[in-house]
Amino acid sequence: MEQPVLSVRNLTTSFARDGLWQPVVRNLSFDIRPRETLAIVGESGSGKSVTALSIMRLLPPTNSRTAGSITLMGRDLLRLPDNEMRRIRGNEIAMIFQEPMTSLNPVLPVGYQIVEALMLHRGLSRVEAEAETVRLFDKVRIPAAKSRLGEYPHRFSGGMRQRVMIAMALACKPKLLIADEPTTALDVTIQAQTLELIKMLQAEEGMSVLFITHDMGVVAEIADRMLVMYHGNAVEAGETAEVFRNPCKPYTRALLSAVPQLGSMTGRGRPMRFPVVDINTGESDTPVETPDTIARADRPVLEVRGLTARFDIRAGVLRKRTGCVHAVENVSFSVQPGETLSLVGESGCGKSTTGRSILRLIEPRAGTILVEGTDILSSDARALSEARKKMQMIFQDPFASLNPRIKVGFAIAEPFLVNRMGTRAQARDKVADLLVRVGLKPDMASRYPHEFSGGQRQRICIARALAVEPKLIIADEAVSALDVSIKAQVVNLMLDLQASLGLAFLFISHDMAVVERLSHRVAVMYLGEMVEIGPRSAVFGNPQHPYTKRLISAVPVPDPSRRRMARSISNAEIKSPVRALDYIPPVREYREVSAGHLVQSWGEEWAA
Amino acid sequence: MLAFIIRRLIGAIPVIALVALIIFCLLYFAPGDPATIIAGDLATPEEVQRIRVALGLDQPFHVRLGIFLLNLVRGDLGTSIFSNLPVTYLIGQRLEPTFSLGALTILLSVVVAVPLGALAAWRARRAVDRMALVISVLGFSVPVFVVGYLLIWVFAIKLAWFPVQGYTPLSNGVGSWLSNLVLPTLSLGMVYIALITRITRASMLEVLSQDYIRTARAKGLSDRAIIWRHALRNAAVPIATVVGIGVALLLGGVVVTETVFAIPGVGRLLVDAILRRDYPMIQGVILLLASIYIIVNLCVDISYAIFDPRIRY
Repeated sequence: MEQPVLSVRNLTTSFARDGLWQPVVRNLSFDIRPRETLAIVGESGSGKSVTALSIMRLLPPTNSRTAGSITLMGRDLLRLPDNEMRRIRGNEIAMIFQEPMTSLNPVLPVGYQIVEALMLHRGLSRVEAEAETVRLFDKVRIPAAKSRLGEYPHRFSGGMRQRVMIAMALACKPKLLIADEPTTALDVTIQAQTLELIKMLQAEEGMSVLFITHDMGVVAEIADRMLVMYHGNAVEAGETAEVFRNPCKPYTRALLSAVPQLGSMTGRGRPMRFPVVDINTGESDTPVETPDTIARADRPVLEVRGLTARFDIRAGVLRKRTGCVHAVENVSFSVQPGETLSLVGESGCGKSTTGRSILRLIEPRAGTILVEGTDILSSDARALSEARKKMQMIFQDPFASLNPRIKVGFAIAEPFLVNRMGTRAQARDKVADLLVRVGLKPDMASRYPHEFSGGQRQRICIARALAVEPKLIIADEAVSALDVSIKAQVVNLMLDLQASLGLAFLFISHDMAVVERLSHRVAVMYLGEMVEIGPRSAVFGNPQHPYTKRLISAVPVPDPSRRRMARSISNAEIKSPVRALDYIPPVREYREVSAGHLVQSWGEEWAA
Repeated sequence: MLAFIIRRLIGAIPVIALVALIIFCLLYFAPGDPATIIAGDLATPEEVQRIRVALGLDQPFHVRLGIFLLNLVRGDLGTSIFSNLPVTYLIGQRLEPTFSLGALTILLSVVVAVPLGALAAWRARRAVDRMALVISVLGFSVPVFVVGYLLIWVFAIKLAWFPVQGYTPLSNGVGSWLSNLVLPTLSLGMVYIALITRITRASMLEVLSQDYIRTARAKGLSDRAIIWRHALRNAAVPIATVVGIGVALLLGGVVVTETVFAIPGVGRLLVDAILRRDYPMIQGVILLLASIYIIVNLCVDISYAIFDPRIRY
């Protein structure tokens, strides 16, 4: 047995809160062997990121305390003086972070940010370091490496920024790479590329990887061994395949069964609740299909025809129009009462713009939008506010979409009151009723948003949306920011509300597994256009368009035995919908594959 | 970048034109007739009328405005009614003291306050931070003339390190120029040191909590490299804004400071001109001050784009 690269023994990290030391990581011990990938898995608050920061000693010394031992190749990191620790950071242990958009310094050229590390740790001259940086950029497959060194981070896409971060981490050939949720903020196809890249570079460089994630699919894809954490404690550890096949602890079982699995819905017609697992016993209930909620005979609650939204790009001394973002291009669909239509696609595909155009939060260029027969785009202000009562929106970030200084009870009552739907006393009853409906308690109305967890806040946002008794709810990535078990609960809540209130959902998401679980129909968007739409079973079971196929195949499967063979890494970035001024959108034709399943005819760009 | 600067420069032209128009109107409609003042108490109405014609004060509004603007474009601000010398010449004489005082004050403030604020943020809630807070509170709360007379009393009268008052031109040697300016600069600079320190601290605190600072630390950089190379440039935009505002406030402040330290600068020129109803002089000085405001704001705007590559209007 080889000496472990990193050996953690009885690590306990505490934070000072209100003058008391509260442990957030308790008695954690693990080893990472050479060339091995260990994944630490857990939900928010499990202490997994704190563990990583403790190893790097990046926690603020004033209000955090670390005990135990962390041994890197025979040296105890917790007992090293600061200047020696600096020589380890970025040199022997490198780290990449979750948010590529904010992890690079916006005012320094990307090349310089790597050159700096090379000059510091490897003692290279400026010229040597720049040459080495070009080599690193090539290594992480950044196209046109040489010309991009002097560019600033905002010119790079999220995926490319994460590659810059990886290049920076690899610069000094570290023995250990700590990757803290490195793909969580990326689109699925980009996530697949990035995982592939990390795996390949690990083999090339022979380093060990500590991979921190909440995503079981990613764990199954990349980790040799895994460690499950819950509330600062190690729950279970072992070989990845073994833990997936035979989870011993109830929490692990609960976590695994809450993971949305693509393909779990094959052969089923209607949406299905997620199984609810008791964390203490690991027992799970048997999920059932939801009742048939769709009113097929009624007029559609939402009809969208030929929706087009574009934004001008201006530049130069005279602010001339130099281009145009074709955010949404000639998109048509309809939603029946009680139906869930999901819009899926990656960043920049226009799915959020479509959702916002329907509420006229954005003014579209062309098209018609009918909500229960009322034309939204030609409505005056009063008719518009009347129509907005029928549709409400839930947003992605439950932390940012509630005003921190307003009590949640008032936040829920506000839409009811501004629309003059009743008196204050009625509003109070309404709030109590809604809180119960979304699974909270009526007396919580007098609390402030910061007293609630992320999942509870999203429930509050749902209650607020329900206050005006809408027919349609537009949910823009409404569960994307939530932990797996919470995500499952919120999805179950949405399904229950659909069954009891006959709500229609326009569910905007990039998460294919969740979409598969809760949709009746699915529409796939790419570069502002709709490339495929149809019943869920048809789109997932028999995808036609090459983009749909690519999207589905990029989703990591939470099953280590089905790990994909290493492929060559594609560099395909998500293309941009920015077009020249004289661009005329091609006339698209749609082919009907089966009843209601339409596919856009594609051109040569998709051959291969 | 160049297109951006050009666009900002073009944008400044109508602002200057508008300022010129407003200044002209203010004085046109202001009560009091300069011709009567020049002619003196004993003059006959005919004499007053002659002076009015000679000065062009009998012309209608639009003609006087036209002449004013035309001369302005040619760089001619008219002739002082009091001394009969060109306004531009008189202002030119007074520019050096005021500019010396203003530039030195801003320089001193930035050089002291930015490092102090950065240090206070890096060591937030520790001794250095508290000390910086005390300095700031003092700087904010003690008025310029109190600090000024206090400094004179200690350093000029008791210790006799510096002259009490007056100004020596730069052409007489840097040493004597500087020794005359030390006390005025210090007293004028206190409030700007206080202001810039507080803003730098707040802005740096915000930046130091960002993800990219964590990245820089994870790279193994020293504290010094993180503060100066990674954090300060990100914190620079609010600091530049406040320095710009500081320059603007300074123009008001020099009037007081020049009086306290008897420095023959633009501030005193303005005060004298107002007391004498020297209309062309007042117009000229106000126009100069307004132009400085505009140019300073322009520089601040351009500095944003230099500090932050994402900013392009």
